Amino acid sequence: MQPLSRRQMAWRAAQDIESGAVVNLGIGLPTLCADYIPAGREIIFHSENGLLGMGPAPAKGREDPDLINASKQLVTLVPGGCYFHHNDAFLMIRGGHIDLAMLGALEVSETGDLANWITNDPRALPGVGGAMDLAAGAKEVRILLEHTTKEGAPRIKKSCTYPLTAAQCVSRIYTNLAVIDVTKDGLVVREMVDGLDLAQLQKLTEPKLSLANDWKKLSAPAV
Amino acid sequence: MIDKRVKNLAAAVTGIKSGATVLVAGFGSVGEPIELTEALIPLGVRDLTIVANNAGTGETGIAALILAGLVRKVICSYPRTTNSHVFEAAYKAGKIELELVPQGTLSERLRAAAAGIGGFYTPTAAGTKLAAGKETKEIDGRMHVLEKPLKGDVALIRGLKGDRWGNLVYRKSARNFNPVMASAAALTVAQVLEVVELGDLDPETIVTPGIFVDRLVVV
Repeated sequence: MQPLSRRQMAWRAAQDIESGAVVNLGIGLPTLCADYIPAGREIIFHSENGLLGMGPAPAKGREDPDLINASKQLVTLVPGGCYFHHNDAFLMIRGGHIDLAMLGALEVSETGDLANWITNDPRALPGVGGAMDLAAGAKEVRILLEHTTKEGAPRIKKSCTYPLTAAQCVSRIYTNLAVIDVTKDGLVVREMVDGLDLAQLQKLTEPKLSLANDWKKLSAPAV
Repeated sequence: MIDKRVKNLAAAVTGIKSGATVLVAGFGSVGEPIELTEALIPLGVRDLTIVANNAGTGETGIAALILAGLVRKVICSYPRTTNSHVFEAAYKAGKIELELVPQGTLSERLRAAAAGIGGFYTPTAAGTKLAAGKETKEIDGRMHVLEKPLKGDVALIRGLKGDRWGNLVYRKSARNFNPVMASAAALTVAQVLEVVELGDLDPETIVTPGIFVDRLVVV
């Protein structure tokens, strides 16, 4: 069995982003999806600090300190892109104007509850940023997360053990082992990596999984 | 003649009192009115409530106020950001209070104050820890949380250019919280790189109309 690398997870998730979509990529792993949009698809990236049409990192010597993304990294604006203030940026998010939010997670539940802003560690400094707005407001929320913790414990749970970001908001989960849809009939496995069967995947997942009739092998190029 | 220009930073912050709620614009340090914020230190004000997206970067701006012991409480969405060690140390030492607000709710609470709205219901944070103790209501089958307006005694703003009526334009993503905060305080003070003649700013591109700005200082 060969789990996907983090970049391969981002590649896989990027393949499902439809041409014409307005997309917000969360901090960390989801940000990498921008590197793997299939050729010929036109996607508009939204950043909650006031950008539509966010482009890649600037070339050396072309950096502009007033042009950053939500992770406070230097970015660019593509032709057709525009700037706006925070209230409009969040009106877009909260009013259902963003087609897709790709977010990272600590845990996801079988009903699509998302926990991604804080652990139960009382010493941790809390920070929520735009996570709750995106989870509650985007038309669709898809999640990228490693299937288990470093210790091998499932991160897809019957119910989340960490404080929730939003309830019942996730539609699809991309992990390093599988692509899983959250449906009204529970979690449905659409793809699994080669060498893994449903019973093995089930051992790494708390809630019950079912396998789609037309399930496929999950594979990604070396990226 | 209407002229909102003031001579220097000291004149820009004069009259701000201890215990004030101060809106400080910016996203991290981008668009943050660092010099104006630091001008509060020689005023000798204390017990400030700072409303901002973050809780200070490095040891400048909001972080400098915290270091000087002038801040009682921070209302923000994301205190844990690049170089936020000053806030973290004060928070862990129990010297500063934190009210965590989802970023869009923070922005909308400011807008509600600006618009004279007594509150609003939003699905953001419904069913989470951040809605604890707040009124909730099911609207069209979905749970909503009642959020109250957040008004500043003072807003500190940073623009690119302004004119003597207080009209402002910004630069790229440095716009961020500046316009909404400018409209949400009893006293709004803006620092700009340059003041231009009335009529020089294209009226089609003015972002903050001068009605929201009380004082303008070139930094």
